[in-house]
Amino acid sequence: MLITVTVNGTEYSRDVEPRLLLVHFLRDELGLTGTHWGCDTSNCGVCVVWLDRTPVKSCTVLAVMADGREVLTVEGMAGPDGLDPVQEGFMRCHGLQCGFCTPGMMLTARWLLDHNPDPSPEEIREAICGQVCRCTGYENIVRSVRWAAEHERTEHERTEHERAGEPAPTEPRQAEVPVP
Amino acid sequence: MQVPAHFDYDRASTVEEALALLSRAGPGARVVAGGHSLIPMMKLRLAQPERLIDINDVTELSFIRVDGGELRIGAMVRHAQLLDSALVREHFPIMVDAERVIADPVVRNRGTVGGSVCQADPSEDLSAVFAALRATGVIRGPGGERTVSMREFHTGPYETVVAPDELLVQLRVPIMSGSASAYVKVERRAGDWPVAAAGAVLRLRGGTVAEVGIGLTAVGAEHFVATEAEDALRGLPATEANFAEAGRVAARHCRPAADQRGPVDYKRHLAGELTVRALRRAAARATGQEA
Amino acid sequence: MTSLDEKSDEKSGDKPVGFGRMLRKEDARFLRGRGNYVDDVRLPGMLHGAVLRSPFAHARIVSVDAGAALAHPKVKAVITGETLAGLGLAWMPTLSHDVQAVLATDKVRFQGQEVAFVVAEDRYAARDALELIDVEYEPLPPVIDAKRALDPDAALIRDDIEGKTDNRIFDWEAGNRADTDAVFADARDDGVVVEQDILYPRVHPAPLETCGTVADLDPVTGKLTVWTTTQAPHAHRTVYALVAGLPEHKIRIISPDIGGGFGNKVGIYPGYVCAVVGSIVTGKPVKWMEDRSENLMSTSFARDYHMRGEIAATRDGKIRAVRVRVLADHGAFNGTAQPTKFPAGFFHVFTGSYDLEAAHCEVTGVYTNKAPGGVAYACSFRITEAAYLIERLVDVLAFELDLDPADLRMRNLLRPEQFPYTCPTGWEYDSGDYPRALQLAMDLAGYPELRREQAQRRDSADSTDALMGIGISFFTEAVGAGPRKHMDILGLGMADGAELRVHPTGKAVLRLSCQSQGQGHETTFAQIVAQELGIPPDDIDVVHGDTDQTPFGLGTYGSRSTPVSGAATAVVARKVRDRAKIVASAMLEVSPDDLEWEKGRWFVRGDPDQGATITEIAMAAHSSLELPDGVEGHLDATCVYNPPNLTYPFGAYLCVVDVDPGTGQVKVRRFIAVDDCGVRINPMIVEGQIHGGLADGIGMALMQVIAFDTDGNCLGGSFMDYLLPTSMECPSWELGETVTPSPHHPIGAKGVGESATVGSPAAVVNAVVDALAPYRVRHLDMPLTPANVWSAIQGRPLRTDLAIT
Repeated sequence: MLITVTVNGTEYSRDVEPRLLLVHFLRDELGLTGTHWGCDTSNCGVCVVWLDRTPVKSCTVLAVMADGREVLTVEGMAGPDGLDPVQEGFMRCHGLQCGFCTPGMMLTARWLLDHNPDPSPEEIREAICGQVCRCTGYENIVRSVRWAAEHERTEHERTEHERAGEPAPTEPRQAEVPVP
Repeated sequence: MQVPAHFDYDRASTVEEALALLSRAGPGARVVAGGHSLIPMMKLRLAQPERLIDINDVTELSFIRVDGGELRIGAMVRHAQLLDSALVREHFPIMVDAERVIADPVVRNRGTVGGSVCQADPSEDLSAVFAALRATGVIRGPGGERTVSMREFHTGPYETVVAPDELLVQLRVPIMSGSASAYVKVERRAGDWPVAAAGAVLRLRGGTVAEVGIGLTAVGAEHFVATEAEDALRGLPATEANFAEAGRVAARHCRPAADQRGPVDYKRHLAGELTVRALRRAAARATGQEA
Repeated sequence: MTSLDEKSDEKSGDKPVGFGRMLRKEDARFLRGRGNYVDDVRLPGMLHGAVLRSPFAHARIVSVDAGAALAHPKVKAVITGETLAGLGLAWMPTLSHDVQAVLATDKVRFQGQEVAFVVAEDRYAARDALELIDVEYEPLPPVIDAKRALDPDAALIRDDIEGKTDNRIFDWEAGNRADTDAVFADARDDGVVVEQDILYPRVHPAPLETCGTVADLDPVTGKLTVWTTTQAPHAHRTVYALVAGLPEHKIRIISPDIGGGFGNKVGIYPGYVCAVVGSIVTGKPVKWMEDRSENLMSTSFARDYHMRGEIAATRDGKIRAVRVRVLADHGAFNGTAQPTKFPAGFFHVFTGSYDLEAAHCEVTGVYTNKAPGGVAYACSFRITEAAYLIERLVDVLAFELDLDPADLRMRNLLRPEQFPYTCPTGWEYDSGDYPRALQLAMDLAGYPELRREQAQRRDSADSTDALMGIGISFFTEAVGAGPRKHMDILGLGMADGAELRVHPTGKAVLRLSCQSQGQGHETTFAQIVAQELGIPPDDIDVVHGDTDQTPFGLGTYGSRSTPVSGAATAVVARKVRDRAKIVASAMLEVSPDDLEWEKGRWFVRGDPDQGATITEIAMAAHSSLELPDGVEGHLDATCVYNPPNLTYPFGAYLCVVDVDPGTGQVKVRRFIAVDDCGVRINPMIVEGQIHGGLADGIGMALMQVIAFDTDGNCLGGSFMDYLLPTSMECPSWELGETVTPSPHHPIGAKGVGESATVGSPAAVVNAVVDALAPYRVRHLDMPLTPANVWSAIQGRPLRTDLAIT
């Protein structure tokens, strides 16, 4: 059947079988291979994308169910000004190794920060607990998300200050590699 | 990767439309909401529906409201929505306890309350919660609407009273003033299905148990309820000793099966232990000792 | 705490020119979803394969009828065992001198074994067609319990091997039996001997990316290109040449980005071979990717060691000897991946970190009706089993002698002056300061305070309180295989090549045989060259994972990349530096003997202003500058590094748990890890590797297991059944480090990729058993699920390799 899905702001129409999984629609039909699949059973979370602004496991959503809706994938995270702070946090805090869980982790982290701009490490752990990482032992992922939270807060404060005509606080730009 | 077999697909945007599609399609059709139980079964080809009727657009079933002394929950309410609801937190901490440990946050964004109870997995948490709370399911079909006690909703593993041309549309949970509730679960790991879980709702009157509901998950309790334990406790003082006896009764009357989550004796022990813990926590909440 | 100082003294911007913390070069693509994993490869006209697998653990194949599948409009080919037999490809050699069925012809020998391969236009159609293949099986009694595999009435699994009459694969021993027996006899008379049955159950590495391949045989050139999930591209190419009879120069293996390996991606699986045959048969590229169940049920499992350990000591706690008898379950085919002379891998380093008088082990390998494998999952060739055995035995001894396990270890650890130390089973430990590492771990943990807290809790215990447990493990690893004269895989010596070329403008390309699966080789190896030559790491391209582009070598597993390929990199960079010296001498018109090196530059001794940077030298080397006779132009070098010995990283781990006695649930409260892997090239990456291994330890100790029921059904065949730890079970890791350089490695590094996986499970188990001390529990086997812990408290711990009944 013919479906139209807006992915990362671009509208795509494709004729698909009703049984096509959203993850395969993104990967095989649209060539957006940043979304991975890992387990078939919605346990591992490497396939997480946003569907209508909410993280979902795209191995357990049919492409036809996304007809007329919006999808965000890792390829759509970076803005015109560069990487999303979450992406930058993952880089700076060594929040990825093999990179396979990373897109899903970052999309969930982005959603978390949109709803809770200053999450505690425990809240971050809870938010990502349906997504498995085999490389990092999670610690640096937690730090990455915290980095993004702190960086966004600084950005936000600077914008507020600029609006008020005050000098902006110094931005922490130096490499902040994780230190246990 | 595992992929489903062929099927046809329809989307409904109202309950009436969904019912019409179900009637037309016949018994080979299945309703899909969140899909987090059904689609994995389809990938394994353990379920091979001829047609899926997608009710994700049926927004009229996405409500949570208080009406007529009941909390009314639309069947399309997502787990995450239930967990975040102030009304739910106010009236039924048992649901918050349960939702916090159902699958994981991303799955909870998608999975629905109606889908969970209709899947009727013996390990599904909300079935025991609604059974403990003596909730009622509202089912709509070609002949109109009917209500069924959630203590009679499940007819067996993966089986419910909902007919192929019917749709569960809402759950109604009576709000008992002066009641408190809790849910306690043991899982091997975050996000795993429960080894065992118990939910309890207590209405205390002057330190005495005026009414009690006890739901059990994954231990082979008929209709997810520990009726004998409820009967044993009702009318007695809310004491540790009486809770312990209720736990013993609950353990005695359940019929757990061994699997990789544990042997029968352990699950039976948990049925009792978790019943006691749920009662204890509910009582603490009733007396304001715990949030 | 980890030292915060940068090890490099020079920096370019915020990046070290050499060793030190540096963000990873490879991250740029992964963060943007631009990684290139095997399943991301799409070729024009590409077809898709799917494997039909056996539902039975042991059955005779009566017939295979693929007629209906072939009639499917999207199916291009169906390959069966019979098809392959016609090509001589129905069986292939394993890495342990056995054979393994590619597609079953006579019998199926484990549930999930490959029976037929469908090639279709898309992956959905390929899956559909599997249901159309009709296989008639005649079920046979399966051999599931390893302990019954050698029973006289056990079914014969490998009737394909001529003359085979039982399920025994090998008997092997190490150490000195007579000496060990003598010490044990003595200790029985005047000391203490403790025995313990210990199972290291079957687990699976379960990388998030499953295994798969895209095979493309060009019908015109005859060149076979295989994109595949392999940790050892060159070994794969050679095996394909040997198996398929294809000329090796016509095979190109490309291992693009790998979504985690952990040992799962060392071997060649039947699906890979089928994809190659599929491409030959159809003339089109064929992709095959496992689903998760296929990955868990059919590819390399790990461990499955049933051990009976004995430890002999004096009454005051001086450990004297260790003896162990192992029953090793290898599954249906002996496909363990380790150096040829070591059928039990490096298990005989079970002597651990202690000064023993004697040690001896006997290992018997058996066939069972389970998937093949055994050496995988960050095990350093079975040192996981060895470290777990000795560290459990030491705690069992502490239990029996009522000694503090930290104290008992401290009394028996090898002392720094004993290195290099040859252990009773023959390993020569290169360097170490063990007491310092253990003391640091105890200091970081606040060990005396923890013990005080535990004592207080036990004194004031109410039966519903959580039980607190403290567990220690101290491990010694032996990694970096290995010296060619001792170590080979399928006859291929375990030396690694490296090629370094400095371009005229001073930028460089390093070509390596090893293969990153997330370890950050593109960064770390560039840092080694940077350290040696002073070229910034960003100016060095690290090429790997393509046999047409890289020198030969054995690949990345057994923590061997830094010890072997890392050494090769340092050596090849030093060769370039030596060549640069000659070029500089021509440039500066001085004798090479008058030149001195500082990072990135040769200068004239006594006249530091007179010098040439490596960039200037690179341009000169490519210019018309006249060079001395016999010196070729350009600036490059190659080398093959043959390690003189293994390296011996070590560490001290400490875990604190709380156990709920009413439910058996374990909560890991803290985990302190002190690792010594010699010199750290990029401490950030090293710490990341340790973090990942510690999570493995939590997983194996508490939840991961591949068990089987009596019919041979795999009970760990999905991520709903095979549980991996999440962010909720892992604590915030607390790391410490000591640095004891390897004396024989060019840069003193030791390799660390598997240390934490090897060392951590024992710490968790020791902590849980310590928590259960009030119940006099001395041991229970992993995984310590709530059910298992509760059952142990009741005095009947579960047998975890079989179905719970």
